[in-house]
Amino acid sequence: MSDIKKIKDDYIDKLNRENNVDKVNNIKSELFGKNGIISNEFKKLGSISVEERKKLASDLNNIKDELQNKISIKIQEIETKEINLKLEKEKIDVTLPERNIEIGKIHPVSQVIDEISSIFSEIGFSVEEGPDVENEYNNFTALNTPDNHPARDMHDTFYLDNNKELLLRTHTSPVQVRTMLKGKPPFKIIAPGRTYRSDSDQTHAPMFHQVEGLHIDKNINMGHLKGCLNYFIKEFFEVDKIKMRFRPSHFPFTEPSAEVDIGYEIKNGKIVIGEGNKWLEILGCGMVHPNVLKNVKVNPSKYQGYAFGIGIDRLGMLKYGINDLRAFFETDYRWLSHFGFDPLDVPSNYRGLSR
Amino acid sequence: MKFTVDWLKNHLDTKFNNNQIIDKLTNIGLEVESFESSTSELDTFIVAKIINAKTHPNADRLKLCDVDIGGDKTIEVVCGAPNAKNGLLTVYAPPGSIIPKNQMKLSVSKIRGVTSYGMLCSESELQLSNESDGIIELKNNIYANKIGEKYFKNTSEKVLDLSITPNRPDCLGVRGIARDLSAAGAGKLKINKKSKLKYRGNQNINVTIKKEKAQGCTIFGSCLIKGVTNKESPKWLKDKILSLGQKPISAIVDITNYVMFDLNRPLHAYDADKINNEIIVRSSSKGESFEALDNKKYILENDMCVISDRSGVLGLGGIIGGTRSGTEYSTKNILLESAYFLPRSIRKTSKQLNIDTDAKFRFERGIDPLSIEEGLTKASELIKQICGGEISNLDVKKIENYKKTKINFDPFHFEKTTGFNIDNKELIKILEKLGFNVSKNKKILKLVVPSWRPDITQSIDIVEEIVRIKGYEHINTSEPIKIRLKPTLNYYQKLFHFLQRSVASKGYLETVTWSFTDSKINQMFKENDEEIPIVNPISSDLNVLRNSIFPNLIFYLKKNLDRGFKDISLFEIGPVFKGKNPGDQQTVIGAVRAGKVSRLSWNDKERNVDTFDVKKDVIQSLCEAGIDKNDIVIDDKSPSYYHPGKSGGVYQNKNEKKALAYFGEIHPNIIKKLDIKTEGLVIFEICLDHIKESKQKIKDSKSEYKYSDFQKSERDFSFIINKNFKSQELVNLIKSVDEKLIKSVKVFDVFEGENIPNGKKSIAVNVTIQSEEKTLNENDLDNINKLIISLVESKFGAKIRS
Repeated sequence: MSDIKKIKDDYIDKLNRENNVDKVNNIKSELFGKNGIISNEFKKLGSISVEERKKLASDLNNIKDELQNKISIKIQEIETKEINLKLEKEKIDVTLPERNIEIGKIHPVSQVIDEISSIFSEIGFSVEEGPDVENEYNNFTALNTPDNHPARDMHDTFYLDNNKELLLRTHTSPVQVRTMLKGKPPFKIIAPGRTYRSDSDQTHAPMFHQVEGLHIDKNINMGHLKGCLNYFIKEFFEVDKIKMRFRPSHFPFTEPSAEVDIGYEIKNGKIVIGEGNKWLEILGCGMVHPNVLKNVKVNPSKYQGYAFGIGIDRLGMLKYGINDLRAFFETDYRWLSHFGFDPLDVPSNYRGLSR
Repeated sequence: MKFTVDWLKNHLDTKFNNNQIIDKLTNIGLEVESFESSTSELDTFIVAKIINAKTHPNADRLKLCDVDIGGDKTIEVVCGAPNAKNGLLTVYAPPGSIIPKNQMKLSVSKIRGVTSYGMLCSESELQLSNESDGIIELKNNIYANKIGEKYFKNTSEKVLDLSITPNRPDCLGVRGIARDLSAAGAGKLKINKKSKLKYRGNQNINVTIKKEKAQGCTIFGSCLIKGVTNKESPKWLKDKILSLGQKPISAIVDITNYVMFDLNRPLHAYDADKINNEIIVRSSSKGESFEALDNKKYILENDMCVISDRSGVLGLGGIIGGTRSGTEYSTKNILLESAYFLPRSIRKTSKQLNIDTDAKFRFERGIDPLSIEEGLTKASELIKQICGGEISNLDVKKIENYKKTKINFDPFHFEKTTGFNIDNKELIKILEKLGFNVSKNKKILKLVVPSWRPDITQSIDIVEEIVRIKGYEHINTSEPIKIRLKPTLNYYQKLFHFLQRSVASKGYLETVTWSFTDSKINQMFKENDEEIPIVNPISSDLNVLRNSIFPNLIFYLKKNLDRGFKDISLFEIGPVFKGKNPGDQQTVIGAVRAGKVSRLSWNDKERNVDTFDVKKDVIQSLCEAGIDKNDIVIDDKSPSYYHPGKSGGVYQNKNEKKALAYFGEIHPNIIKKLDIKTEGLVIFEICLDHIKESKQKIKDSKSEYKYSDFQKSERDFSFIINKNFKSQELVNLIKSVDEKLIKSVKVFDVFEGENIPNGKKSIAVNVTIQSEEKTLNENDLDNINKLIISLVESKFGAKIRS
């Protein structure tokens, strides 16, 4: 007994001093291998008396457990140490810059068009489009603006031929004409797009964007027009209250016609929409003129409704505090990065119009 | 349309104050642009203080003064006045001011070698007194805290400026505006006093309106005024003319202008002694000419309405008079014209000759044809009052009688259009105040439209009149109904939005550029498209519609590179034009990438952007928009503005003839021609119109979900193959060996050079093989390997590398 106890103490001592996994494993086989010291002690059990055997076997088992336990702890200890050491060596400077992030942006005009479409989609409008090059008829004549009408002078038109038959559309209203000619009422559409006029200064660009709206049905009246625009403006500017004013005006293709102003004030050099006692003109609208309906083969005694045209760039400027219209179209990398929107920021009803 | 409130009150009895009048005008559709004092030449003179007066270095009698002119500004002025001294308050005139005494315009000038910015003024120079010995000395107690303010109070009456819509010629006269205001309850329209004018003798210059097809004049009224003394206008008249923003000329001209703005009745005064015998109103013949009152000579075309005498053209009727018969201070006898010209004729002639005058503006919109006599009477009366003379009987020649416009109006039309109801009595009252004659026939109103309202022809015009005068604030607000008749967007509209955001998410900044471009740059990108010039471009470098999206993108890319940006990714989505007819346009995305990838990276090697960067962007964007990557086919054909060896086309599937996208390096010649300085420049374009809509929606097209848990094996092959051989064909061929078993084929190495024969290259592919039915054993795999090798070798003349 004292022999094996001594062996045990010696080996515990040895293991305590050991720092190498391989050497611990050597010790393990020295003790428990086929001809290992402890294994051999177990073999001896057969040759001694039953009484002694019981006692010795129990002692041996205890020693065996103790040693094996010690060995596995030791191995774990050493391995942990080694891993920690390794990890310590592998440490990097995580404050170094990541790989280049390339951030793309959506142009404010596109973002605003998506916002507008999202709002009008909610109240049942679908999106129509028309060509940028139009004929004189769709752009003017069908819209109750015959050649001798002074209202034509209000549109500085780009022409593509000397007969003034082909032109760049001066407004999105010809989409009304196209939509009604190819379909049957009711109509409930918006038509955003590029429009062109040949003037250029700080507040005018030769190209700009408009959205046309058209709602024709049996009993659509000016109250619906007011309700629709009131809803739109409130949603677009994301305010609870909006001060709005309908003013009589004149467009050849609507009657009665109105211009719509919204109230604003300047606070700390910034424009605040919906309050204040200043007025800002933002759109033109009216009841579609019976002559226009006749031109597009819609019976004005059965159907009536409203149309409106809104300057998209202008809305964007107001909402996002952009001062210069010309900058929209100058492709300055700094401007695009500054005013552009994240491509994942898709305006929608349930996620909200804007962040 | 400009006028003063005083002038308005000549026609309107009102208790409204200025603000109430402005609000009312706006509410009835007469938009007030501004309400301001007319600017005066005296506005520039301001109160200033001499801070420091020292002697001029080159002239003992001159002084050099530092002058405080308000704000933070001090200015150096050279001054000869003996009384200029420190602390003196005086009047300063900046450069640009006009000195009342001699009408000289000041400019920045050097006086004896020292620059003087403006001048300090004496009382004599400002015509305040004859005191010219020194500059004005202002009293300290009054002016000390007014430095920088205007010295002269602007006492002129404030001027209202209305923007009158083209349908309202009647409101181009003050009386018309007063009438509208009275209808809207802002006062009572004054009744015109009956003229007590006495006429003597006949208008003995014979007037003939020729009956011609193109005749642009239907009524010509006139009278002779004999023995006048033309002169400067009296102050009240001058003030009126000035308030219009116009210059007084002489009493006779000012009176005709005054009546035009007062009654919207244009008139013309001829020097009767300069008319040769008679007046003939006729159509011009091509080549006739005359010198107009704007001092330009006009050469006429056929069929322009002219007023002529026996010697030739006197003037263009309703547009502009001629110098030959113009009135002067010496004029003794006047022929006064009050006529009606057809809007269409006026518009055509003035467009052809490019003339714009106040008379033209009015006749073009439609003048009251029944105002001939009223105009003549009012002007004659004023001329007699101011210039004396005797007035002949009025002579009115007509070739057409005015026909009244009659409308039957059902008041229900009003409610149906506006959504609210108005009392019939109120409705009738509004119409009557606007000048309509109203009679009732059961529920229908029989209306006679006033002769000054050519814009009113049908029932809806009446609705507008009533709602405009009643006020738009009475229209209710109906909540919008949230019912959708059809989907908001169609397939191509959705595709537009998908691709737009998809490309942007690859790091590209979206831009919006003009639809027109510079023909010189467009030339490089237009391929076989026809050039589409704009007849009247905004500038010579924006003179054609863009055939491609790249001319503008490349132009602006260069601008940004020149700003010092190096790594730039830009794209635009929008129209390009393939012909000049409506609809000859396509929607495309164009994108450019310039510079390097991983520039100045501490861990990655930097490199120039290359074809495979844009290939990835374009393919990934297409896949995100719903195109099946497995169907996509690439070829090496592309438009001529691409590098012929480093570009390709993308097809939706192997049956498609039209490429839906191109990608690659831009042609080096273009980089050179446009002088673009960048390390790398690659581009891609997607033609949205060439993308075919899938017949099924996603909900119907998802195939059954199948997967295999059996072991998969990977094998690598390396072939020596012709250098120009396309890897896509190799991949397709290997896949075709067994489409069920071969799950993927990936090219992982391409190599030319050492150990590879000339004209050949080595392509290494990794093939993944997996069965859905069993675990493949070595034998199965060997068979596939052998099949792959023998097929590639026999089909493409390739050799497997050992």
